[in-house]
Amino acid sequence: MAKSVIPIGPYHPLQEEPEFFTLTVDGETVVDIDIQIGYNHRGIEKLSERKTFDQSTFVIERICGICSTNHPFAYTRAVEDIIQVEVPERAKYIRTIIAEGERIHSHLLWLGLAGHFLGYNTVYMWVWKLREEILDVMEILSGNRNSYAMFKPGGVRRDINAEDIPLVIKKIDSIIPTLTRLKKAIIDDPVLHARLKGIGILTKQEAIDYCALGPTSRASGVARDVRKDAPYGAYDRVEWDMIVTENGDVFDKVVVRILEMYESIKIVKTCLQNLPDGEIDLNIKDIPPGEGIGAAEAPRGETFHYVRSDGTNRPARHKVRAPTFMNLPTCKTTVIGETVSDATIILAGVDPCYCCTERMAVRSIKGKKLYNGQDLIRLSQEKTETIKKKMGIK
Amino acid sequence: MTREELLKDIKDRFKDDIIDFIDTSPTRVYIEIKPESLVKAATYIFKDLEARFNIASGVDTPSNIEILYHFSIEYLNVLISLRVKLDKKKPAVASLTPVFKGANWIEREMHELLGIDFIGHPDLSRLLLADEWPEGVYPLRKDYKEWDKKAIRDRGV
Repeated sequence: MAKSVIPIGPYHPLQEEPEFFTLTVDGETVVDIDIQIGYNHRGIEKLSERKTFDQSTFVIERICGICSTNHPFAYTRAVEDIIQVEVPERAKYIRTIIAEGERIHSHLLWLGLAGHFLGYNTVYMWVWKLREEILDVMEILSGNRNSYAMFKPGGVRRDINAEDIPLVIKKIDSIIPTLTRLKKAIIDDPVLHARLKGIGILTKQEAIDYCALGPTSRASGVARDVRKDAPYGAYDRVEWDMIVTENGDVFDKVVVRILEMYESIKIVKTCLQNLPDGEIDLNIKDIPPGEGIGAAEAPRGETFHYVRSDGTNRPARHKVRAPTFMNLPTCKTTVIGETVSDATIILAGVDPCYCCTERMAVRSIKGKKLYNGQDLIRLSQEKTETIKKKMGIK
Repeated sequence: MTREELLKDIKDRFKDDIIDFIDTSPTRVYIEIKPESLVKAATYIFKDLEARFNIASGVDTPSNIEILYHFSIEYLNVLISLRVKLDKKKPAVASLTPVFKGANWIEREMHELLGIDFIGHPDLSRLLLADEWPEGVYPLRKDYKEWDKKAIRDRGV
């Protein structure tokens, strides 16, 4: 039987980000996949070289709208690694609280979307309602529902008010019963078992070979988590567990993310209750020449920043590696051999974040190239033609 | 194995290949190595020491094109960065993709953004840059000049 090609993208029908998957199918079975990204390239690494160390914090916070805080977290750690300083205790706790709050909302966002991808829109609505509570908590703590702008090299920008803490703890406690009901409903659901168990398996060996990160690798039995392996912030000062499962299928990825939310709730609560007094900022003035590395465990895996300073007030080189950059190539093994209907959820199973991967920003509306609907249809037809030509299909 | 034993082991094993060994802090080690010994050293660190490959950072410096391959050794909390310095005129180094698949995309990225050739890489096709981006223009080089006269880009502050 002749093999058919199914193009998905560049405007993905489900995930609201531009990426292009070319699935080669034999009947219902996927036999090959080609992943193309780059539709959202913004050149933030280059942009960062033109900003001062302090301004860069704001630029890289906009790399991703979902895991916005972990990029500044890794970046500020890299700058502090150049100077060889430790931030004050209170700043460490505040950083940890913000990062974990973000993990809860990011996992909830993915869980809702995963339900939506499976056609299970009750989960989608239910989970996103729950997510509002966390966004409210983040607003109370930082003033922003997203892109919190709390980080700066040497500490944090704003303090947490003591009078807000009881309200925040009450709000966080209030989501636990709903989360538990949700956990039971999802983990015991026979339909979800049928859809997700044994689907898109990433073996432990492959996870290591692809250098997969975060929940994607932990669901495959690779017990690696930057928060445990190289503790930063206040992670070594609170009790929490790393969630690891063995099967590597999509169901296990769901389980890891759900259970991780409980750990995050535990961390946020403990940090808020034990918030130490003191300074929140070191007031760093000059960055000496040198190089530094910072890593932070984002909701999708380790975020990695390498910064080189030449003694001026701007970074000479700033390398950003987002977790999806390492996780997305694993789809090459997990999708092949599965059916087309399962491909959607497997591709979504790594919790892909393309804008992170490509490190880019929204194009200015004043840009000379402004496409209307007709142009976009023409462009996509031209693209299809070139691809057809490249693959030799008439 | 302790941190000291690990570093001594690497120093002894690759004593003819190491050019420079900088031990900056308890968790960071930078090792400059000869480009021709890169595959040997990276394979040992990844396979035998069971390190995780974080990423590689390509840097354009005034004298060379540098690549730093970052490896985390989690059980000791040490981050080893293998540094190779390549000739600026024609930067080329052996690919690590045949050793582990995690190096595939980053080598493609460095190939198009910095113009480094990775010998033995299975597919160096374009990953991030737009289709209309001209060949031989590398945006992360320091001598990069704006080629698209119509583009509105950041002019710095």
